[in-house]
Amino acid sequence: MTTRTEKSEDSMSTATPTRAPHSDVPTGHKAPEGRVGAGLFDPKQLLKSLPEACRKLDPRVMVKSPVMFVVWVGSVLTTVFSFKDPGDWFGWTISAWLWLTVIFANLAEAVAEGRGKAQADTLRKAKTDTVARRLAGDTEEQVPGTELRIGDLVVCEAGDVIPGDGDVIEGVASVDESAITGESAPVIRESGGDRSAVTGGTKVLSDRIVIRITTRPGETFIDRMISLVEGAARQKTPNEIALNILLASLTVVFLLAVATLPPFANYAGTHLTMVVLVALLVCLIPTTIGALLSAIGIAGMDRLVQRNVLAMSGRAVEAAGDVSTLLLDKTGTITLGNRQASEFVPVRGTTEAEVADAAQLSSLADETPEGRSVVVLAKETYGLRERHQGELAHAEWIAFTAQTRMSGVDVDGRKIRKGATGSVIAWVQEQGGTVADDAGTLSSAISQAGGTPLLVAVKDDQGARVLGVIHLKDVVKDGMRERFGELRRMGIKTVMITGDNPLTAKAIAEEAGVDDFLAEATPEDKMALIKREQAGGKLVAMTGDGTNDAPALAQADVGVAMNTGTSAAKEAGNMVDLDSNPTKLIEIVEIGKQLLITRGALTTFSIANDVAKYFAIIPALFAAVYPGLDKLNIMHLSSPDSAILSAVVFNALIIIALVPLSLKGVQYRPVSADKMLRRNLTIYGIGGLIAPFLGIKIIDLLISFIPGIG
Amino acid sequence: MGPVLAGILQLVALIGALALAYIPLGTYMARVYSSDKHWRVEKWIYKGIGADPDTEMTWPAYLRAVLAFSLIGVLFLYLLQRLQGILPGSLGFSSVNPAQSFNTAASFVTNTNWQSYYGEQTMGHVVQTAGLAVQNFVSAAVGIAVAVALVRGFARSRTGELGNFWADLVRGTLRILVPGAAIAAIVLVACGAIQNFSGIHEVGQFFNGHSMGGSQQWNGGAVASQEAIKEFGTNGGGYFNANSAHPFENPTPFTNLFEIFLLLVIPFSLTRTFGVMVGSVKQGYAILATMASIWLGFVALMMWTEFAHHGPALQLAGGAMEGKEVRFGVGSSSIFAVSTTLTSTGAVDSFHSSFTGLGGGITMLGMMLGEIAPGGTGSGLYGILIMAVIAVFIAGLMVGRTPEYLGKKIGAREIKLAACYILITPALVLIFTAISMALPTPPHSMLNSGAHGFSEVLYAFTSASNNNGSAFAGLNANTDWFNTMTGLAMLLGRFLPMVFVLALAGSLAEQKPVPATAGTLRTEKPLFTGLLVGAILIITGLTYFPALALGPLAEGLAS
Repeated sequence: MTTRTEKSEDSMSTATPTRAPHSDVPTGHKAPEGRVGAGLFDPKQLLKSLPEACRKLDPRVMVKSPVMFVVWVGSVLTTVFSFKDPGDWFGWTISAWLWLTVIFANLAEAVAEGRGKAQADTLRKAKTDTVARRLAGDTEEQVPGTELRIGDLVVCEAGDVIPGDGDVIEGVASVDESAITGESAPVIRESGGDRSAVTGGTKVLSDRIVIRITTRPGETFIDRMISLVEGAARQKTPNEIALNILLASLTVVFLLAVATLPPFANYAGTHLTMVVLVALLVCLIPTTIGALLSAIGIAGMDRLVQRNVLAMSGRAVEAAGDVSTLLLDKTGTITLGNRQASEFVPVRGTTEAEVADAAQLSSLADETPEGRSVVVLAKETYGLRERHQGELAHAEWIAFTAQTRMSGVDVDGRKIRKGATGSVIAWVQEQGGTVADDAGTLSSAISQAGGTPLLVAVKDDQGARVLGVIHLKDVVKDGMRERFGELRRMGIKTVMITGDNPLTAKAIAEEAGVDDFLAEATPEDKMALIKREQAGGKLVAMTGDGTNDAPALAQADVGVAMNTGTSAAKEAGNMVDLDSNPTKLIEIVEIGKQLLITRGALTTFSIANDVAKYFAIIPALFAAVYPGLDKLNIMHLSSPDSAILSAVVFNALIIIALVPLSLKGVQYRPVSADKMLRRNLTIYGIGGLIAPFLGIKIIDLLISFIPGIG
Repeated sequence: MGPVLAGILQLVALIGALALAYIPLGTYMARVYSSDKHWRVEKWIYKGIGADPDTEMTWPAYLRAVLAFSLIGVLFLYLLQRLQGILPGSLGFSSVNPAQSFNTAASFVTNTNWQSYYGEQTMGHVVQTAGLAVQNFVSAAVGIAVAVALVRGFARSRTGELGNFWADLVRGTLRILVPGAAIAAIVLVACGAIQNFSGIHEVGQFFNGHSMGGSQQWNGGAVASQEAIKEFGTNGGGYFNANSAHPFENPTPFTNLFEIFLLLVIPFSLTRTFGVMVGSVKQGYAILATMASIWLGFVALMMWTEFAHHGPALQLAGGAMEGKEVRFGVGSSSIFAVSTTLTSTGAVDSFHSSFTGLGGGITMLGMMLGEIAPGGTGSGLYGILIMAVIAVFIAGLMVGRTPEYLGKKIGAREIKLAACYILITPALVLIFTAISMALPTPPHSMLNSGAHGFSEVLYAFTSASNNNGSAFAGLNANTDWFNTMTGLAMLLGRFLPMVFVLALAGSLAEQKPVPATAGTLRTEKPLFTGLLVGAILIITGLTYFPALALGPLAEGLAS
């Protein structure tokens, strides 16, 4: 195994085979059941973001969104023309709604950004100015944290806030990283190995460590986190750029359609005012998606942040949606952290219950996860109550050590032992007993099935002998099989990466239902696998935390580094999971897909909307000169002015109505592309055709009640 | 048998014939463009023009070859007309004036075949046969070559190479168009179309509007051979001004149906060629289904509006018979009108101006869709593939992946090129029409006033920009303004899109392919076909809605 996760620590106390896959790492803000889709939206945020939305009316900001910039220019034009004809209520009303359209678009973006800002404020609190204890030779000097340079050595003791990102080069300490992860349980940081990285702004709870600073002040992890969640570093992603180009070209097409209309209308004998032309243009250009596009992107990043994943670029989030191969580490992702007892196999002449009883007794002094799992299995399958060490008088406990590789108990003249095959056989022989023939066969059968055999032996008045075998195996997390099935339906291949031998790997791979496995994996093997997949045009996602994972993390299209990992790993990946939960890779893929789906759905909706708007506006403009065109007024709108106004109002209101959807994202289910397309086309395509007919009619009804208009 | 039933039976026969030709012709064309063998006569040609047919070209090289070849075509055709007065075999016609020469040269090189002249009164044998007929072949071959280059862009990976233009041009002409047109010409002659080099015959005793005794001049000419390639290469430029309504070009109901078959067969079968070349005939079927649904829908609409038109005269005649030939009837004329405007043919066997208001609108909308159902030879295929790229981009997002089509990612560069492509023709149509309407003189060319007059101008620029070439009739297009402007519209409407098509092809050919998975949008499924039809109708339809409302819709909904 080249990668490790923190699971080995916390499973000491909590490993039970019945836990749901998503609950292994408790976090402060968990999404329900790890499914994407649920996001919080509070209408009050709209009000709160209003000042920011108005600030964004600055043309230098507006010009970044070509569609909304056209609306902005249109609003200016209609306002100017309204000033020239101040008695025209229609011009004023249209102008007001056009300005509202722009503000609504800005509001969507401001609300999306506002959610990140709250998070950034929390982070800033952690980034209070610290005083670093810098080592200069053997002496310590106090300097401000902002003056640290790469390579400086600093000392931190219990109670100190770590002044900057770095690696522990001396000592071991427990560190409170809740400022970043929201996780209150402290974590161990020690020199050497894959758990040496510390983050500035976190707090040492015990012991003393020496840290070598690896990042310049202002570029630390926490600084980057702040700029990421605030969206300050936000750049348009490739797909967003492509969509913007398409929207811009549609805008140009409709601009042409509207700009060439006046000579046609003049010939037909009617004069179109600037206000009407702008209204028509704004209704036709894809304002809905144009207004919400950047909010969708920000909200997509935010959904990751809510799940404690930091994407270093939006590009990585989009790539996640395209991933077709997932490399998953076996331990911690597919299986629970440790092997667990799964059955007791008696040798000839003994019963399963006898083996279970002896196994449990001999494991009470074994505090390793394997030992705990033997006790639990005996309790669950044979109803053997867990006996505490104090309950048995005169018992002498033999604890498990790495040297003896055995644990056991001497009680009432019985000696019971449990442990690795070789150790137990040696013990039996040493005690003058014989090893039953089938003990060997049973053990090798378990080995071949990918498990690990432990022998249980006893020495009592009948002599020393082997009672049976405990079958230890990797326990696949609940629900993983279904999860991999879903991924397969989404067209994603899963590859299990393990340091196990091929036999064991194959058995686990089959049980977990992954598509492929890489056994006895070295970092080079991993790298080669990624390159092979990429050569076939596939996008690869993986997780990793060790320094030797760094090249593979950098090579993968989506490399998720665990926060517990080394700084090299975090630097190489394009995402960091603060919870260090490798299973989250699957959610990251889903969030990436959801982001793209939301864009596509709202684009489709926006374009489909145009049909109804034409049916409202064209008869309103021309039915006076060509009465036949009134047949197109299938909504029976009350008057030409009301028809145009209704279309403009609908166009503005639909933006606000869709803000929650753009922030939450379109509901995503892991189904095949065909089913997904059918569903989304029905809702957003057909729905987009019909909805405005209803909406415009309703608004027209309301407007017609206003005296002097209808 | 009623005229409606007759129309439907003709439609069924036509579909049957197209279906029979689809696989053999489509597969044959794929072989033509994939073969590495050269015919002997082809080798002579390559030697003659100094081209190496085995050199692969990148997209800029391919484009340069297309543009250079076409430029020479325009210049040659222009000079030929300007010098007609001193050329032998010109039936005594004088040289054509500069504006009209430019217009006609642009028109035939761009596969538009818009005619602002009266064929039988302006062009002699030399210009007709050595100039116009030659362009009828090569302009169609250029269209197919560009389409094939785009298909190669989809089919090839990690290379920027799109094939060799000269090889594609020569093969398309010699292996597809010449043999096809030769067979078609024989069929047409057998059915009564004329084929000779005789002069002008004065034939007498006609009713001249007041009394008997007027006379007509009838030209002889190599009509059948030109007629064959006029349809087979989706050209549409008739030997006579009356085009396919003239009995020498299109004598019988059978030849009428045969001509419709000819103008549809290559564009439809090219979807098979596409399918074979990209390695999935199903992808070809999906595009075919898209083209066929639009075409069939338009035919049904046209028949409905032409048959159902009210008014006692129309009902007595069994439909809107004004401007239609009695020997073809409403049904066959409707199929012809829809087919000629949904391809870039522009041949007419009836007068689109005389169709019902809505019927005229259908012919216009057909061209406005960009002539993609099934479109011109080659241009139809590349046009619909561009729309497929746009549809895939929007729909592909809805399945949660960066959009991809035929294993190629549709990123910012691809969408930029596709978006530029779809901008061009609407820009040309709307801007030229708007300027023409705004200026004081051009509207004088209109024959009618009101919405119908506007339709005449709109139709002219729609036809020219989309390289259709059919005329609404009514408009006097032989003015310096219209000759120059439609000429420009034709050139820009033909070659600007080709720039973007070839750039897109180059960009696609450079990509490495993305393997299809269960998460990939299935572009060979009916769902995608439906989506593509919807995208084409909504995106291009919406662009022209205001203009259509003031022309054909205003007229058609008036009653």
